[in-house]
Amino acid sequence: MKYPLLALLATAPAHGYELKQRFEARFAPFRPPVNVGQVYSTLQRLERDGLAQRRGVVETGEAPARHLYEITAAGRREIEQWLSEPSTGIRLRDDFFLKLVLAGTAGLVAPAEVLDRQRALVLQELRDLNDLLSGSDRPEATMQLLIDGAVLHLQADLRWIDLCEDRLRDGGL
Amino acid sequence: MTERLVRTVALAKTYRAFDEDVPALRGVDLDVRRGEFLAIMGPSGCGKSTLLHLLGGLDSPTGGEIHFDGRRVDGLSEAAWAMLRRRHIGYVFQSFNLISNMSVAENIELPALLAGHSTEEARRRRRELSRQLGIEAQAVMPPGRISGGQQQRVALARALINEPALLIADEPTGNLDSQSTREVLEMLREYHARGQTVVLVTHDPNVASRADRVVRMRDGSVVGESHLEGRRPSSDLLRTLVTVED
Repeated sequence: MKYPLLALLATAPAHGYELKQRFEARFAPFRPPVNVGQVYSTLQRLERDGLAQRRGVVETGEAPARHLYEITAAGRREIEQWLSEPSTGIRLRDDFFLKLVLAGTAGLVAPAEVLDRQRALVLQELRDLNDLLSGSDRPEATMQLLIDGAVLHLQADLRWIDLCEDRLRDGGL
Repeated sequence: MTERLVRTVALAKTYRAFDEDVPALRGVDLDVRRGEFLAIMGPSGCGKSTLLHLLGGLDSPTGGEIHFDGRRVDGLSEAAWAMLRRRHIGYVFQSFNLISNMSVAENIELPALLAGHSTEEARRRRRELSRQLGIEAQAVMPPGRISGGQQQRVALARALINEPALLIADEPTGNLDSQSTREVLEMLREYHARGQTVVLVTHDPNVASRADRVVRMRDGSVVGESHLEGRRPSSDLLRTLVTVED
């Protein structure tokens, strides 16, 4: 939550509940509702690290009072740095790969079956995603981009599964 | 009516080229249930198009059997196949194969007239299909003047005009952009939802995933199949798409 909250704070100062709402407005279809407690604890950490600071108290007349947070100069540098870096991360379904390799080693399940089931799952996911794109209520642009990205990843998965199958057939697994 | 609309038994096709036998199909057993939407998927050269041509009688097998609606058809003459296709099998091709010097309306109506329907009946059916497929406005245009997506809809209307028991689609979206691809596939699914049996061939898993069952081919043989489920609620699905680091 650190970077999304910093990015939202960079737009305008806000109190915790407002940040939760902004985050959900932006990502609602793909993310379950944000736990407001997590927003507050993240804000406290940002404050501790000098990336955000309290600017005052919003008078709501109710207890507890809400603190208004704003981003600091250090926070702005931090979020700029984060946004400027290319993203690393897991590109492959490594759990599947573990299963494929270990199935052969342990001799409990045939690797070809692992491949078949994985392929069936990926095809089903492709179908589900395409349903979202071709349904009567077209998803909004951000979501469409995300779905298109996921579809391309699944296509790559299928090609990888085909490749694994070729290697398996040639005795290389 | 048999539950199985199409059945092949050890279906084989070997081509002879440069004094050498080149097997394109090495004994395929395939069942197509009535009302099913089946996709045959595989890389180019796997035999999927050969299989489709044999199912449509566009080529003849060198071994094995083809049963259509409970009747053995692999030994039929070309004329008998032409009759069978005209009445019971609709065909959609990658390159649309529309007749360029006829209007859209004439292209669609032609198979109905060849099958012996009156001009009034052919026109009635053409209008109904054109309405469903959203190509009413293009009726008097030549096929060359309309977009690829529209041409494929015309081809689909032409394939469906005699209410065929089987609709065969050979890479129907191979020449279409992604938007038209989506639309044509959605229409195939709508006709399938109304009971149309569809057999589609594609190398594209994205296209194949719209079917109920995906049969995979390689080197002239069927190597596996997957059954897919219908439409699922979207909310859970979306949440698995993206994770934001905590």
